[in-house]
Amino acid sequence: MRRTAASIARSVGRGEAGAAEITEEILALSERANPSVGAYLTITADLARAHARRVDERVAAGESLPLAGVPLAVKDNMCLTGTRTTCASKILADWTAPYTATAVQRLLDAGAIPIGKTNLDEFAMGSSCENSALGVTRNPWDLERVPGGSSGGSVAAVAAGMAAIATGSDTGGSIREPAAFCGVVGFKPTYGRISRYGLIAFASSLDQIGPISLTVEDSALAYDVMAGKDPFDATSVDLVADATAPALRDDLKGVRVGIVREFDLAGLDADVRACYEAAYKDLERLGAELVEVSLPTADYGVATYYLIAPAECSSNLARFDGVRYGLRVDGPDVGAMYEATRAAGFGPEVKRRILIGTHALSSGYYDAYYVRAQKARTLVAADFARAFEACDAIACPSAASAAFRFNAKSDPYSMYLMDYYTIPMSLAGLPALSVPCGYVQPPDASRPLPLGLQLTAPAFAERALLGIAHAYEAGTRHAAQMEPAGLAEVGA
Amino acid sequence: MSSSKIDVRYVAKLARIALTDDEVATYGAQLENLLEHVAALEQLPVGDVAPTAQVIPARNVARDDVPQPSLARDVVLAGAPQSQGAYFRVPRIIAEAE
Repeated sequence: MRRTAASIARSVGRGEAGAAEITEEILALSERANPSVGAYLTITADLARAHARRVDERVAAGESLPLAGVPLAVKDNMCLTGTRTTCASKILADWTAPYTATAVQRLLDAGAIPIGKTNLDEFAMGSSCENSALGVTRNPWDLERVPGGSSGGSVAAVAAGMAAIATGSDTGGSIREPAAFCGVVGFKPTYGRISRYGLIAFASSLDQIGPISLTVEDSALAYDVMAGKDPFDATSVDLVADATAPALRDDLKGVRVGIVREFDLAGLDADVRACYEAAYKDLERLGAELVEVSLPTADYGVATYYLIAPAECSSNLARFDGVRYGLRVDGPDVGAMYEATRAAGFGPEVKRRILIGTHALSSGYYDAYYVRAQKARTLVAADFARAFEACDAIACPSAASAAFRFNAKSDPYSMYLMDYYTIPMSLAGLPALSVPCGYVQPPDASRPLPLGLQLTAPAFAERALLGIAHAYEAGTRHAAQMEPAGLAEVGA
Repeated sequence: MSSSKIDVRYVAKLARIALTDDEVATYGAQLENLLEHVAALEQLPVGDVAPTAQVIPARNVARDDVPQPSLARDVVLAGAPQSQGAYFRVPRIIAEAE
């Protein structure tokens, strides 16, 4: 039985249920289901119990906590003091975080209970969770399929009821695409809204933390807690983040929703296309005015991203050298030690990205690759600015298909194309989310699989974005129609 | 961006990653394939467009230089593969005098 964060916080806040009791239920469920789903790399049972006791004391003392007793899953590229924090990489497999990420700390301060640390593509590089060096995560809708990535463990934990809120990080779609694959809500706020302090960096100009949940309301509750300036992250913005939860609406009257001319649905499978066309019609039925907008540079998004993100990754991951943390493989001298450590510690996708990034930044190639990509990024952002002159939000697919089977994308570039619809928003730093929009049953699937509608708003318009998403969710109720078919099989 | 060739061995040296011959061949083919795809950017007229390093306007912030608590040294060293006293221990960097 999956419960929303809002309902849990309400019943704990009113004293109808104890955080300790809910935590025991969730831990028991996670012990049963996690061996099959693989959402968690580490279950932090003792820490969860300690936090639950503390939350019950605070509630008894009259404190009002927005997330009282809400089970929380933390993506394992975010630090949580005293827990193993691995990035799903062999190079950090045994590293224990000595401090806690600001976004995670804010959730804990609001009463959330840390159930565990979730699996991801190694260092958040991937779109299926298959690049984890430490475990396999399965999609609760169909255990033969991937959960999406990179925040695959986080979305699977929420879909399976092993957490009501999960943290994700999104660099080119790593919250939105897996949220779509697992039938949950995944929200990437504007770049800078949520502190990245304690998030192990992949591509610093793109990385953004955001919530994953069963409902839009839950994501709004978690976002309201996480957002805001943090002195420990110089790129966190010093803007008042108006609470979004009170602004959730039930209709779309007066809202102009942009449909992107270049995101032609004709190339998609017929049932996927029909699902998205129906979603656009639903927006209209709920009162929105649909307007065509153009993002002429969107087609260059993937190419731009696969120069900028690897370039930043090659620089950020230079710190994993066997000296200060993580794995060390000895060598005769310090240079050989670096090379042996990084050869043994990083998996193939991380190596590919470090190599391409190093190449793109190397002498003689820098202007042709990196600077050109940065210029393209300017054009992508300018496209959105023009589009938002005609609309309040943009609707498009979160992904081109439903969740695929394991090993279906053997060529790296075919996996990169999974982020075709999510990358442009990341390059422009815009707030975007995925909300369930229906189900398809591909010929090779034995059961229906969820799809997600991506909604994007101008920078810092989270309040409007979550309001629109809430109205769509309330007017369609796709997520409420079905539960993941795999839950019964895994004892969830 | 005229060439999609990449000298994987040289780049791996810059990146400090030891590669086997098989890896050089595999990654070389995969990365050249990727470079062929990103070459599409050549068709985008970027001209004198200003490059974007950071999407959200940022400015330098000055503050008073007040000491704040930081992580204890033993906590930091506890995460290191090897330490000795107050230091990270690494393989010898400077050769002994002959």
